[in-house]
Amino acid sequence: MTGMGPDLVSVGVPQKQSPPVVLLAGNPNTGKTTLFNALSGESARVGNYPGITVERRSASIFVHPHKGTRQKADLVDLPGAYSLSARSPEERISLEAILGLAANPEPSLVIVVVDAGQLPRNSYLLLQIMELCVPTIVAVNMIDEVSPRPDMADLSARLGVPCIATSARKKQGIAELRGAIDAALLSAKAPSPSLAYPAGLLAALGKITQALPTSWKLTEARKRPVALWALISLGDDELRDIPAELRAACDEVRQVRGEFDLDMEIVRTRYAWIEERLHQGQSEGASNPPKRPTSERIDRVLLHPVLGFLVFALVTLLLFQALFIAADPLIHLVENCVSFAQSLVVKTIPHGWPRDLLAKGIIGGVGNVVVFLPQIALLFAIIGLLEDSGYMSRVAFLIDRVMRMLGLHGRAFVPMISGFACAVPAIMATRTLERQRDRLLTMLVVPLMTCSARLPVYTLVIGALFPPSHLWGWLPIQGTLMVGLYGFSIVATLTAAWVLGRTVVKARRVPLLLELPPYRVPHLRSIFRMVISRSKDFLREAGTIILVCTVVLWALLSFPRAPDPSPPVVSNVTSSVIPSPAQTASTQSSPGNVQRDVKTKPIIERSPGALLGRALEPVIKPLGFDWRIGVGLVGSFAAREVFVSTMALVYGIPDSDTDAQVPLRERMRTERRKDGSRPYSPLVGASLLAFFAIACQCTSTLAVIRRETRTWRWPLFLFAYTGVLAWVTSFAIYQGGRLMGLS
Amino acid sequence: MTLADARLGELLTICQVSGHGAFRRRLLEMGLLPGTKVTVKSVAPLGDPIELLVRGASLSIRKEEAATVSVTVNLTQLPRSSHQ
Repeated sequence: MTGMGPDLVSVGVPQKQSPPVVLLAGNPNTGKTTLFNALSGESARVGNYPGITVERRSASIFVHPHKGTRQKADLVDLPGAYSLSARSPEERISLEAILGLAANPEPSLVIVVVDAGQLPRNSYLLLQIMELCVPTIVAVNMIDEVSPRPDMADLSARLGVPCIATSARKKQGIAELRGAIDAALLSAKAPSPSLAYPAGLLAALGKITQALPTSWKLTEARKRPVALWALISLGDDELRDIPAELRAACDEVRQVRGEFDLDMEIVRTRYAWIEERLHQGQSEGASNPPKRPTSERIDRVLLHPVLGFLVFALVTLLLFQALFIAADPLIHLVENCVSFAQSLVVKTIPHGWPRDLLAKGIIGGVGNVVVFLPQIALLFAIIGLLEDSGYMSRVAFLIDRVMRMLGLHGRAFVPMISGFACAVPAIMATRTLERQRDRLLTMLVVPLMTCSARLPVYTLVIGALFPPSHLWGWLPIQGTLMVGLYGFSIVATLTAAWVLGRTVVKARRVPLLLELPPYRVPHLRSIFRMVISRSKDFLREAGTIILVCTVVLWALLSFPRAPDPSPPVVSNVTSSVIPSPAQTASTQSSPGNVQRDVKTKPIIERSPGALLGRALEPVIKPLGFDWRIGVGLVGSFAAREVFVSTMALVYGIPDSDTDAQVPLRERMRTERRKDGSRPYSPLVGASLLAFFAIACQCTSTLAVIRRETRTWRWPLFLFAYTGVLAWVTSFAIYQGGRLMGLS
Repeated sequence: MTLADARLGELLTICQVSGHGAFRRRLLEMGLLPGTKVTVKSVAPLGDPIELLVRGASLSIRKEEAATVSVTVNLTQLPRSSHQ
């Protein structure tokens, strides 16, 4: 960490157009990210790999390829991988980055991070990278966990590449690693390991090298390793842009030599090379006593049939606690700040639409964004702790049996369960899943979970339209409905995962292969950095969309302007007004059942939003909803709980957040049509609850999916499928109920 | 015998990795080659997946795939760590 800072570029060094690229590769659980942080300081940028939505972290570092000079270089963190061979686009990233294919710049150096305690197995990836003739150095990380320490000079000589002992957590060996980076950039020497592949295989590779596309611009030395890559990767893959000619050549070789022996030959030759260099023959492995007795002891408890599940339940409970209870004061703080700012604006700026735009549109919109931060930060802090400690793999191990029935990986458990709090952080948490398809499937079903934003709506509807009495004298109707809605959302989520996993995001089943890394004390600094970077990311990208949507929705419901705040008038509907304290202030008009004249309509009724609500009426009428619910539905796009305040606005109840519920509940309960029937019967309530439980009318969710998938296609699909499903369900409930004689 | 029906803690030697395609290749690349020593360390509480100890690392695979790895019991070396 010496002498870093953007202002320290020495003057006079000719800056090339593009700085040299240094890649950081390695198996998962080798401390690669911690090393990336140690090398890069605080300057990490997050983007996507070209052509694929897999997170790409890069940072500017300073290198000294010549004595006394300083130059910027790009350090890129490749996804953790056990091998370069690929069957999915995301697994192909590493190869393309190393070869400088697919819009990737040609790297000047690859740093391979290996776990000092897992050298033979980690060397497989190292060897594959060395075979590609790219300048390579090895960071033998977690060196503090092994004793005796291997001799680095000896190891470097055996492997034929410079090896540097590091401990990224303890910041050991970082200066030496920097020195090695400089030296390697200066010499630009690529390794050339000689592997004893069977002669027959080498001969067969000739055909494949000829079929390699010229657009890959491979040097002579790289053709053979890339042909090997193609041979072992193609055939059972989901890769795109592979020329048919190359596939045909590989197929032919596989048929002639027999696929079965081919993979074995290649892998065996590589392991033979590794074992020869590392002097660890076949006796290595299970015959050794476990190297990490502490981890063994912890696992005996955490993977225990009974105790293990108890701890697992406890961790899940903690996750819930954090997302609901710990986040709550922070969310309230945000809300209070927003109302404070709004009241300040209202006090200082004269009445008019600019004031409302600023207060309700912009400040409200910013509030709608910031309000997500507590949950996002907490969720990612917890995920960081789980991942870093090694427990996340155990969660996957324990729950895989259940998750696989949904066609998902055990790791999807944490994002799924977070959906109970809020879909937005849950969707962001899907990044911890390796497969793009798993991420997508999780994103498409998580919005069906009962998130906390639905609760105010449920409370309003249940409180207003269902009696607080007991069924059969003992079953509380309101409480049962609430529990039932949770149960319903779980069933809906699981069913949707089952169906979508077999239709829209269908993919071949990929067997589980999970490493259970040793337990380690979480590295808090790294976790903190990740939390900050995730939060920034959300603010910058999804936040913008949410803000814009809030302003647009505000405008929809606020224009054209009325000259004065006016009492609510509802055409066609007679209201038996029971004046409530909040109402008496504005509407002291109609005692008894008197139809009010349309003299002064409230703003909202003539707004484009109301027009939308009315336009929606033919569509939502079969569900038992009137135009006012339509307006509420339009308003709820900003956030589901806005349904409550929009409904209050429709009824002209002063919007004071906390008090709006009570009078609104009264109004909805006592509302009568001309013929004396209730427009909001329990049946309508049930239909409305079902609609809210399923439909994804939440711009924030849609915005964050757009951010994660880089396309509008999936958010639109989610919106459409939940919308149709919600409509059909509500239709069935309402019309079914009517057929059964309910009103 | 396959890895799916091996007893816990028994020291085994891999004789063949059948199965096919990408997953078989991945198992091989993780070092599950014929001749490699392996132990089934634990079974998940719900009965699946299982945890293997191979080349000093803990790996977890499902029983369905474990059934593709045939093994023999290593008679020369009795397990030392299974009854601690």
